[in-house]
Amino acid sequence: MSAAATTLVGAKPRGRVLGAIFMGYLLLSLAIGFALLLWLLVDIAATGLPYLDQALFLNDPSADPAIAGARPAILGTLYIGALLLVFTVPLGVGTAIYLEEYADKERWYNRLLELNIQNLAAVPSIVYGILGLAFLVRGLGLGRVLVAGAMILTLLVLPVVIIASREAIRAVPGSIRQGGFALGATKWQVVWRQVLPAAAPGMATGSILALSRAIGETAPLLLVGALTYVAFNPSLLDQFTVLPIQIFQWTSRPQEEFKVLAAAAIIVLLAILLTLNALAIWVRNRYQKRW
Amino acid sequence: MSAAERIPGVEVRHDAPSESALREVVFDVEGLTVAYGGKPALSGVSLEVYKNFVTAFIGPSGCGKSTFIRCFNRMNDLIPSATVDGTILYHGEDLYGREVDPVEVRRLIGMVFQKPNPFPKSIYDNVAFGPRVLGLKDGLDDRVRHALEQAALWDEVKSRLKESALSLSGGQQQRLCIARALAVEPEVILMDEPASALDPISTTRIEDLMDELKREYTIVIVTHNMQQAARVADMTAFFSVEVDENRDARTGILVEYDVTTKIFTNPSDQRTEDYVTGRFG
Repeated sequence: MSAAATTLVGAKPRGRVLGAIFMGYLLLSLAIGFALLLWLLVDIAATGLPYLDQALFLNDPSADPAIAGARPAILGTLYIGALLLVFTVPLGVGTAIYLEEYADKERWYNRLLELNIQNLAAVPSIVYGILGLAFLVRGLGLGRVLVAGAMILTLLVLPVVIIASREAIRAVPGSIRQGGFALGATKWQVVWRQVLPAAAPGMATGSILALSRAIGETAPLLLVGALTYVAFNPSLLDQFTVLPIQIFQWTSRPQEEFKVLAAAAIIVLLAILLTLNALAIWVRNRYQKRW
Repeated sequence: MSAAERIPGVEVRHDAPSESALREVVFDVEGLTVAYGGKPALSGVSLEVYKNFVTAFIGPSGCGKSTFIRCFNRMNDLIPSATVDGTILYHGEDLYGREVDPVEVRRLIGMVFQKPNPFPKSIYDNVAFGPRVLGLKDGLDDRVRHALEQAALWDEVKSRLKESALSLSGGQQQRLCIARALAVEPEVILMDEPASALDPISTTRIEDLMDELKREYTIVIVTHNMQQAARVADMTAFFSVEVDENRDARTGILVEYDVTTKIFTNPSDQRTEDYVTGRFG
């Protein structure tokens, strides 16, 4: 029938036009974000790549841009990263296991604890810096040393690691725990042999992403005294600097050559961060569990 | 009209035992009440479970039969709000006694769940998990093989023991879970609707398996499926729900417990008859 044919062809209804406009808006937002990032990367690469040489990795910073390098800052960043993993993973995973597997959620103190962790994740990093200055550097008398910097970054990312680890633990189905208990396993055995292996990929992903966030941090470290001029290799109980601070320092110099050096250092920092993120994605895909 | 003819679709076993009174009692339940957060889910249940029998719990949804079966291996302990009153004697010993370790109870009384729940590990490691946590490391290979043979799964998996248990079909996964329970050599196996998530062929295999296993083990099964209870069980307990309109409470009660043939052909209680003939539930 002709009536049926006309309904099949149809006129463009209003909803479809709106749909097309909305789709255009989505693409535009995507394009803006992507283009800005790409522009940034290209600009940095074009400026910095020619200066990404041995000197940058091997030399100490110097007032002479021709021989200045970022070795102490690169090493400082790597040290801080390694210390962070050592500090945050056991603490974060431990807290997450307690909250998910052992804590009685009916108790007020556990609920308070949970609420606090959520809130701590949203505290600005500079506040952690002030805390670090007051309690670690002065209170405990650690001084402005690398280990104090690592500790304050630990506090900064701990809530993130805890939340990510809890998500990973929660993703392990209860039927797996019940299966373990039904075979006469103790709580410890169920947690250690079933829950942890199953949750480990998620915990690793969360921890690596938190680590990459911490490595890009500048503000809290400024307060605990990451110096802008360090001409020696870092050690745990010594003064230190890290890449973001070195970059910040170089960009604030008047000489154009330092700005170029900063671009080269940014490439190094980006490479470290992107490697960490890629590692996180790889771990997630490689060990992802299906149930 | 014979009793069997009155219940269409229910095929009753003809070798149903009548000597239940002579059997050894494994569980002696007396006045058992289970409550979640103060609300009773199951009230005043008393019955005896006999050795080398298949005992089935049937009844409509919410009648507390799953709650009940979880009392036998103290799985309800894992729910903080659950409280258990009354007594369950296991070979005369109070299962909920002060000195009893629930971990030890679960070693002797295995459980298979409604939905197959293999661990995300290899087939071998699934079966070996129980022996390993109990420190039974000697002859582990033989133990795993024996358990898989008992669960009628060995021939299907012997060439792929190292593969993930998640690669098995649903029916195979459930038999793997049975093998996993058998590997720690329990005395009793509790099955909470073990075939409800399976296709008819897998269901038949599980039922055949129960018939085999009861020579060595005592089996308690919860099922929604009345035909299944009629096919596999020696004894059947019918549970029902008592609704208290005033307090808005639904409590499971034991209506009738008897030899399976009797429950399905000549029940003493009108409510049982209504249920097994399909007039209710």
